[in-house]
Amino acid sequence: MERYFQKDIETMPVEKIKELQSEKLVKQVKHVYENVPYYRNLMDKKGVRPEDIHGIEDLHKLPFISKSDLRETYPYGMLAVPLSDCVRIQSTSGTTGKRVIAYYTQHDIELWEDCCARAIVAAGGTKEDVLQVAYGYGLFTGGAGLHGGSHKVGCLTLPMSSGNTERQIQFMLDLKSTILCCTPSYAAYIGETLKEQGYKPEDNSLKAGIFGAEPWTEEMRRDIEKALGIKAYDIYGLTETSGPGVAFECKEQKGMHINEDHFIAEIIDPDTGEVLPEGEKGELVFTSLDKEAFPLLRYRTRDICVLSREKCSCGRTFIRMAKPMGRSDDMLIIRGVNVFPSQIETVLLNEGYAPNYRIEVDRVNNTDTLDVFVELLPEQLSDTTEGIVKMEKALSAAITTMLGIRPAVHLVPPKTIVRSEGKAVRVIDKRKLHD
Amino acid sequence: MKIRQLTVFVENKMGYLSEITELFAKSGIDMKALSIADTKDFGILRLIVDNPDFALKVLKDHGFLGTITEVIGVEIKNTAGELSKALTLLAEKGVNVEYLYAFLSGTKESAFVVIKATDNIKAETVLKDAGFKAINGLS
Repeated sequence: MERYFQKDIETMPVEKIKELQSEKLVKQVKHVYENVPYYRNLMDKKGVRPEDIHGIEDLHKLPFISKSDLRETYPYGMLAVPLSDCVRIQSTSGTTGKRVIAYYTQHDIELWEDCCARAIVAAGGTKEDVLQVAYGYGLFTGGAGLHGGSHKVGCLTLPMSSGNTERQIQFMLDLKSTILCCTPSYAAYIGETLKEQGYKPEDNSLKAGIFGAEPWTEEMRRDIEKALGIKAYDIYGLTETSGPGVAFECKEQKGMHINEDHFIAEIIDPDTGEVLPEGEKGELVFTSLDKEAFPLLRYRTRDICVLSREKCSCGRTFIRMAKPMGRSDDMLIIRGVNVFPSQIETVLLNEGYAPNYRIEVDRVNNTDTLDVFVELLPEQLSDTTEGIVKMEKALSAAITTMLGIRPAVHLVPPKTIVRSEGKAVRVIDKRKLHD
Repeated sequence: MKIRQLTVFVENKMGYLSEITELFAKSGIDMKALSIADTKDFGILRLIVDNPDFALKVLKDHGFLGTITEVIGVEIKNTAGELSKALTLLAEKGVNVEYLYAFLSGTKESAFVVIKATDNIKAETVLKDAGFKAINGLS
């Protein structure tokens, strides 16, 4: 028997969902137009007024919001309620002006946690479960979202945050965790560590894992499922739309159901902005229907994916999104952290290096690796290997401070970094993330 | 006692060393001594040549990264225990040796040793005072 967190909504007939979305959209556009001068200006420029929006069929008339709009309006420009009505912020990992701050009223927190609760129940969670949250806590939405969702379901919540694998394993075994929530690469790492310590998959009590915040393949899913003896569920979300839980997988493991009562998903041609029909590949765009404080309309996620309305055996009627198969900009997600090559460039310039570098990302034993190759300048040359290694370590530490993840830095002679058309080829992503 | 050493930074890849020796051969640069310190990623070539400034220019013109490093040169008698005597002396006086390499002098009686110390001036004084013979130029 399939269980749901909010059955009436999750199994609502498609026509009803669309009616609900239309009704909410009309109100939301009015709310944003009246309270967000920046977006009002975008609408005025496009010649669209709130009264032109009668339902979801008019959605395409609205202007898009992109990451650059969020940068421009940092920190308060997209806020649609008085600051005194907000109870929380969360933030993306970006650090060079790319940081996005999302605001939440209590209502916004509730709906976000409801979305996460739906994901937990879809993964088999009940109040009898012990749910271990090994996503990072703090500004990152991963920890907070699943933590709140776990409370709503009534699970015993273990707020572990990420890292300290020894302790994760101790609590997992001693307190018999049944559901693990973290990034897929961390789940794989925990699995390997358990194996190294001599544990078999059947020695833990886990039955399910809810993994997201970074791209992962079906192959990696099977590896994790085997290593931990669980069923692994994908979850999707982004800070701009709330956090994890915008979409979640059911037992079918065939795409993630988008919480359509709160979000409208569109697929557009990333070059022309034209809306594409269901089943076509394009950029995913989200409109928040219920959020009060930070209600983004037609936010371009840069994630390339496909939507499917095909009937699902789980009984949920929400449209499903396939795993994103790439990004339309230069952002890399490494170990769940957003990394922009420009951030690394900034560190190089600060540390007195030339901005000639190459980033190589790979995945070894299901863990992302980051290698940064940097050209050495003549005045920086040391006559000992220790001297060079010391410089590499110092640079690695500076980049770690900026990104939050540690790269291996390799200093190389000048002109050894391949340039195409005079410009260095900056990023080589060797990971096979998409089957 | 001071010697100007040519220091070159190279990737640890096949062919780099021969490229440099070939360049020197073409430019008529005579190599007196050569030592390599390497890791799996890169190598640091330390060279004593007859004309370090010219050699550096040749390397730079061909895209190599190099610099001149000051080291000291000492003549050591070609008998057992002589190098040990010099190093013990430096250690006693608190001079740390970062690296050294040795090569034959051309006679059977002595060898030349190139030393890079944390304090080259002090190392020089200590060795001179103990009667070691300095090598000043090699051209």
